[in-house]
Amino acid sequence: MKTKAILALTLFLFLPLAGPGVHRAAAVEISNISYDPTREFYERYNPLFKQHWKAKTGEEVSIVQSHAGSGAQARAVIEGNRADVVTLALAWDISAIERAGLIKAGWQARLPWNSSPYTSTIVFLVRKGNPKGLKDWGDLAKEGVGIITPNPKTSGGARWNYLAAWAWGDKAFKGDVKAVRDFMGKLFRNVLVLDSGARGSTNTFVRNGQGDVLLAWENEAYLAIAERKDEFEIVAPSLSVLAEPPVTVVDEVVDKRGTRAVAEEYLKHLYSDEAQRLAGKNHYRPGNPEIRKEFASTFKLDITLISIDDPLFGGWETVQKLHFSDGGIFDSLYAR
Amino acid sequence: MQKRLAAGRVLPGFGMTMGMTVSFISLMVLIPMAALALEASRIGWDGFWRTVTDSRILAGFRVSFGCAFAAALINSVFGLILAWVLVRCPFPGRRLMEGLIELPFALPTAVAGIALTTLYSGKGWIGSLFAPYGIHIAYAPAGIVIALTFITLPFAVRTTQPALEQLDPQYEEAGRVLGASGRRIFRRIVLPELMPAVLTGFGLSFARGLGEYGSVVFIAGNMPYVTEIAPLLIMGKLESFAYGEATAVALVMLVTSFAVMLVINRIQARASGFAGNV
Repeated sequence: MKTKAILALTLFLFLPLAGPGVHRAAAVEISNISYDPTREFYERYNPLFKQHWKAKTGEEVSIVQSHAGSGAQARAVIEGNRADVVTLALAWDISAIERAGLIKAGWQARLPWNSSPYTSTIVFLVRKGNPKGLKDWGDLAKEGVGIITPNPKTSGGARWNYLAAWAWGDKAFKGDVKAVRDFMGKLFRNVLVLDSGARGSTNTFVRNGQGDVLLAWENEAYLAIAERKDEFEIVAPSLSVLAEPPVTVVDEVVDKRGTRAVAEEYLKHLYSDEAQRLAGKNHYRPGNPEIRKEFASTFKLDITLISIDDPLFGGWETVQKLHFSDGGIFDSLYAR
Repeated sequence: MQKRLAAGRVLPGFGMTMGMTVSFISLMVLIPMAALALEASRIGWDGFWRTVTDSRILAGFRVSFGCAFAAALINSVFGLILAWVLVRCPFPGRRLMEGLIELPFALPTAVAGIALTTLYSGKGWIGSLFAPYGIHIAYAPAGIVIALTFITLPFAVRTTQPALEQLDPQYEEAGRVLGASGRRIFRRIVLPELMPAVLTGFGLSFARGLGEYGSVVFIAGNMPYVTEIAPLLIMGKLESFAYGEATAVALVMLVTSFAVMLVINRIQARASGFAGNV
């Protein structure tokens, strides 16, 4: 009798741990699994969408957002973390979810502009007055320059940093792969701290005073400037990458939960004028060219931006295999 | 024989508790470990060997094992001193101190890492004292050791404390009456009694430090061959969806720390046998 009571009690105590959380019967709830730097943007976008959905359908909707490294989030979704929509840093991470069978093939054509309502790029954040005179990627490979960047192996953002440097090298050395590799080797020998994620690098550079230049997402650089205006400045290199952080619904999940309509509208509304302006205010480049022009004084819009689908890179699959896989080119820069 | 044993058992409920123990350990420890070994076996023996003997991975092992060892050693010494003060010297605020020691357990490791980095970087309160002499603590192996020392301190203190509480001061008094010097009393009476507990503390600190990730990645600088720890290499491999290679590295760490724990257990058994004879 007593044993049974104890067993029942134990079961009762552990029950909440099993299953994907307690269900609340209230309004529709969708979860947006995203990556680190979009936190501020989606915090402001969610109320906007709630209003929009209420006006459109009269229903209440609540949104749960989750932020961590892009790759880790993709793995979490694959392993069963419930996501109605994913808004990640790289198409590659969403492709991984697609390969796991949760998202239908061809997802990237479902919404305009490669399913990327906003874009960003990689810029340099330097100390006030730019004491080392860093103007472009070539300067970063010079002796005595201290670079802070996250590790491309563990950080999605860092892969863009690496690719931007590679693209510049390819142009500067006219496609001579050996010369580009040498340049990349010199550049990464100047790296002082390889943090595991983009926020960690920002912290290392901004708060702990390491290095002369931080390779950063444009939106992260602007956030740092907003916080400490008179300590840093942004240098836009002559050439960088067009980082398209794509968004999509997770078909498997929305069909099972019956949330497809609201999840699709959640993403579609990112393309509305108000959301596009909100993205701009949060230092993302709005996808809509008209609205992007409104932010011409904020962003340097005349940088040459190379897309991942440029023949130089040939898409994520190729890049991943060639550069970032185990034993790929990035590993070989550090090989001994 | 079996029957006699069962009948002779004084405590009831052996069947049930044993059943619970076995299923709990299987569920929580053995099955996950088996899954780990299975995943690693997918890349085959060649792949396994190539992965774990790669020069960068070996460097990662060196950093991880070296720093965890150093931190465990520091904690064995200072943990003993701390425990000594807490047990033997009543002072105001002792309760508060007791609580403080457990703080590293409660604090999220990432927070600890960021806080320590802020303190020990060239611009931080403590780091700036050393920076003029060219000594770097954060973003150097020393930083890793500091983070691990912080994280694993409670193990060292909490394992030696009960042993100290049980150590009767009469033994030391007897030694003193018989004319032994303070150093001799410590070496011949106190230390042998405490050795098993100190060793356990060392082992726990070492094993915990080996796997620590959250705090170390912030303070280490993560430079390949210098401050890149093995758990970070595992993360890197997971991010490139190289699960087999990642688990191979994990398996090596696991087997090594298991071996270390076994050795410590053996030494400990001998030490307590020896102490028991005194």
